[in-house]
Amino acid sequence: MEHLQETSAIRVTNLVVGFGRQIVLNELSLNVRRGEILGLVGASGGGKSVLMRTIIGLIPRRSGSIEVMGVPLGGAAERATQNAATRWGILFQQGALFSSLTVKQNVQFPLRENLQMSQTLMDEIAIAKLEMVGLRAEDGDKFPAELSGGMTKRAALARALALDPAIVFLDEPTSGLDPISAGDFDALIKTLQQTLGLTVFMVTHDLASLNSVCDRVAALADGKIVAIGPMSDLLRSEHPWVKAYFHGKRSQMLQPKVS
Amino acid sequence: MRAHPGLAAEATGELLELRPSGSWVSLNVTELENLTRSASGKVGNAKAVKLDLGAVSEIDTVGVWLLEKLSRSAAAGGRLVEMTGVAENYVGLVEEVRQVNRRDIAPPPRQNPIVAKLTDLGRSTLGAARDVTVFLDMLAALSLALVRTLARPRSLRVTSLVYQMYRIGWQAIPIVVLITFLIGAIIAQQGIFHFRRFGAESYVVDMVGILVLRELGVLIVAIMVAGRSGSAYTAELGSMKMREEIDALVTMGLDPVEVLILPRIVALILTLPILAFIGSMAALYGGGLVAQLYGGMGPAIFIARLHDAVSVTHFEVGMWKAPFMALVIGIVACSEGLRVKGSAESLGQQTTTSVVKSIFLVIVLDGLFAVFFASIGL
Repeated sequence: MEHLQETSAIRVTNLVVGFGRQIVLNELSLNVRRGEILGLVGASGGGKSVLMRTIIGLIPRRSGSIEVMGVPLGGAAERATQNAATRWGILFQQGALFSSLTVKQNVQFPLRENLQMSQTLMDEIAIAKLEMVGLRAEDGDKFPAELSGGMTKRAALARALALDPAIVFLDEPTSGLDPISAGDFDALIKTLQQTLGLTVFMVTHDLASLNSVCDRVAALADGKIVAIGPMSDLLRSEHPWVKAYFHGKRSQMLQPKVS
Repeated sequence: MRAHPGLAAEATGELLELRPSGSWVSLNVTELENLTRSASGKVGNAKAVKLDLGAVSEIDTVGVWLLEKLSRSAAAGGRLVEMTGVAENYVGLVEEVRQVNRRDIAPPPRQNPIVAKLTDLGRSTLGAARDVTVFLDMLAALSLALVRTLARPRSLRVTSLVYQMYRIGWQAIPIVVLITFLIGAIIAQQGIFHFRRFGAESYVVDMVGILVLRELGVLIVAIMVAGRSGSAYTAELGSMKMREEIDALVTMGLDPVEVLILPRIVALILTLPILAFIGSMAALYGGGLVAQLYGGMGPAIFIARLHDAVSVTHFEVGMWKAPFMALVIGIVACSEGLRVKGSAESLGQQTTTSVVKSIFLVIVLDGLFAVFFASIGL
C-alpha cells in the first residue's frame, strides 16, 4: 500500500500556458498523489481553471509535460488523452449536463459511448450512481432544466463517476450552494473518495471545504504553485498572497485552529 | 496488465460456491454480464450460495453491482447467500452498492392508444389556438409600447434602433442584391425563351416589370429577411431568456418589449421596404441585362417599354406590402424567441418554428393583399 501512496496520479512539470502575449501559467509544477483530495486555491482569474482545463487537454500548452497515472498526455483530441479520459471524470462549474437528455441518459452517456452493455444493466448502473450521489431514482427521468442548483451538481457528479474513474476533477463544486448543501456536498465527496478510492483534484474558493475535505491544499499565484501542503502548513505560510488569502477578514473563522 | 475475468462455480451437495476472479471492471462489462448470466442459471438447485471474492484483482461499481444482483436474485429464491473475501479497500464500495436499487420504481402508467391519440389531437388544436393568442398578445404589447414611446419620444432607443437597421438592412444589401438580380435574370431568360415562339419577346418587359415590382421583389426579400434576421432575433431573444437576462430587465422595472422588441421590429418595418426597393431594382437590372444579352433588346428600348408597361400603381402595391410583412416577421420572431425554455434543443426548435411560421405567414399575407388590391381595383 505504501508505494501506491507515493506514486502520483497527476504530475505536471514546468507547464507554460499563455494566451497571446499574456502568460497565465509560468513554469508550473504540481504533483497530485494517488488517493488524495487536493484543493487548488488562487485569485479569481489567476489561472486555476486554466490549469485544470490544461490538464484535461481543453487548452493547449506552450511547453512542459503532463502525466496522468503515469501516461504522458497530448491535446484533448489525441489518443493518449482520450484513453486517459475514460480514467477521469470532470464536474464542470455549471454542471454542463446535456440539456436535451434526461438525468439518467446523461449518466448513461459515457457508458453507452465507451462500453457495450445491456440496457437493463445500464439503467441499473445509472440508478445506482444516482443513489450514490444522493439523488432518488425518480430524479433520473427529469431534464436538467428541472433540477435545482444542488441537484444539478449531484447529477453532474454522477455523470463524472459513471465510468468509475480513478481521478475526479471538480471545478468549484460548492459554488452557488447554500452552506448546508455545500457541507453535504463536501461530505459526499469525502465519502465517495473513500468508498471508490478516488483521487480528487478540486478547484475551490470555499474555505470551509478546503478545511474539512482536502488532504492537501495548493496555492496558485503569479502563475506558479507558491505553497502546497496540509491546511495547517498553508496557514503558516509566509508568502504574501497566501497570507492575505488565509488571514483576510473572511477567513478569520479559521484562525483559532492555528495559533 | 489486466487479468481476464472469470467466475468459477462449484457445487458441493446443496451448497453452490461461486468464485469470481480477475478484473471485474466496467471495461470487461460484456464478458461480466455473460458470466453472471450463466452463473445465475446454475443457482437453480442449490439451497445456499457462497460468493468468494478472494481471487478478484480489481473491481468497480459495475462489477460489484453484477455480483450483488446475482446474490439478490439467489436470496429472492429463499437461499442463504454469503459474500466473503472482499479486499479491504473494496469493503466500502460493496457496502455502498448493497444500499442501491432497493426501491421498486413504479412503471409509468400505460395509456390507452386511442386516448393518447385524442390527447395529442387536442393538444395540437389547443397549441394552434395558443399560437394565435401569442401573436395577438405580442401585437398588443408592441402597440402599447409604441404608444408609450410616442408619448415620450425621448424614451425611444435610438442607438439600438440604428444598430438593428445597420445589421438587418445595410449588412443584408449584398446578398439581397445578388439573389434578386439572379431571379430577375432568370425570369427574363425564361420569358424570352418561351415568348419567342409567339414572336412576343417584347412582352417580357411587361412580365418582368409587373411581376418584380408587384409581387416577387417584396416577397423574395421578405422571405430572405425572415430567414436571415428573423432567425437571428429568435436566437438572440431565446438565449437572453435562457440566461435570465430578460428576467433581469423586468426586475429593473423595464419592459422587455419596449427595450428589446420595439427597436427590433421598428428597424424591420423601416428597412424591409428599403431592401424591397433595392431588391426590385436589382431584379429589373438583371432582367434588362438578360434582355440585352440574350434577347437582343437594347437598354433604351427596355426602359421605354418598361415605362409603358408599368404604372406607379404596381410599384405602390409592392411597397405597401413590405412594412406589413416586416411586422409579421418581427412579431413571429420575437414571440417565438420569448417562448424558448431552458434547453439548447428548445432554442433550435423555436428558431426553426420562427422561420417556418414567418415565411408561411408572409406568403399568406401576400395572397390576402392580392385579393384586397384586386377588389379595390388597383
